[in-house]
Amino acid sequence: MLSRTEYVELDKKMAPKSKEWSTLVCAFLVGGFICCIGQAVSDVFKLCVPTASEKLTSQFTSTVMIFIGAFLTGIGIYDNIGKHAGAGSIIPITGFANSVVSPAMEFRSEGMVFGVMCKMFVIAGPIIVSGVTSSVGVGIVYWIIGLIK
Amino acid sequence: MIVTYLKVFAVGGLVCLIGQILINLTKMTSSKILVTFLLIGVVLEAIKVFDFVKDFAGAGITIPIVGFGSTLAKGAIEGVQKFGLIGALTGGMQAAAAGLSAAILFGFLISLIFKARTKV
Repeated sequence: MLSRTEYVELDKKMAPKSKEWSTLVCAFLVGGFICCIGQAVSDVFKLCVPTASEKLTSQFTSTVMIFIGAFLTGIGIYDNIGKHAGAGSIIPITGFANSVVSPAMEFRSEGMVFGVMCKMFVIAGPIIVSGVTSSVGVGIVYWIIGLIK
Repeated sequence: MIVTYLKVFAVGGLVCLIGQILINLTKMTSSKILVTFLLIGVVLEAIKVFDFVKDFAGAGITIPIVGFGSTLAKGAIEGVQKFGLIGALTGGMQAAAAGLSAAILFGFLISLIFKARTKV
């Protein structure tokens, strides 16, 4: 028999470790699965529109994936997936959609402008700012390289 | 066909696995994780590694936010090659316009249609 204190110690030792392992497995499985859906969407689009350029295909795919992510967030499923999958649901583009929709819905009670429209970018704002800034930086570097050549 | 999807699954899963390891080790918030992976995508595109991974893994690397970063950087590079310095400003957003507009539009519409549930 374990005493109460021994049990608590044992619980502390065991619990975080097993939880960590399960989050890793879940992240891998869910992340891989979402990417496969993306691949399927782009394959189907290529089948339907064989003349589409690669750029158009990837734009269509990300639009569809963002819609799926936003819709699943709206009906409350995506956050449930996120509880188990962690990064598996955050890192795919559906997670980006989730990060836009989720705060927009949550702060709707604060009004249309200051609630929905402002709070939409609470998480997505840093992503857009860092992405645009760094890509402009990359462009400028390539411009300078072009000048030297 | 099946091999393609296995590759997509493996690489996509691996990217998310790395993200989860980062979360578990550093307790990063989802915002920081997304920014980190976006910047990784920008860097991979800038050093021209991204296309090799993309040829191998397809959606496994383009669906994670890494692909969004690469789209931005690729657009900026192409813009510079076509229009000179101003292309660095216009190219990135132009390339990412579909994704960004979709996220904003669907985000707005869906927050109008659905009501937030009380968080458990």
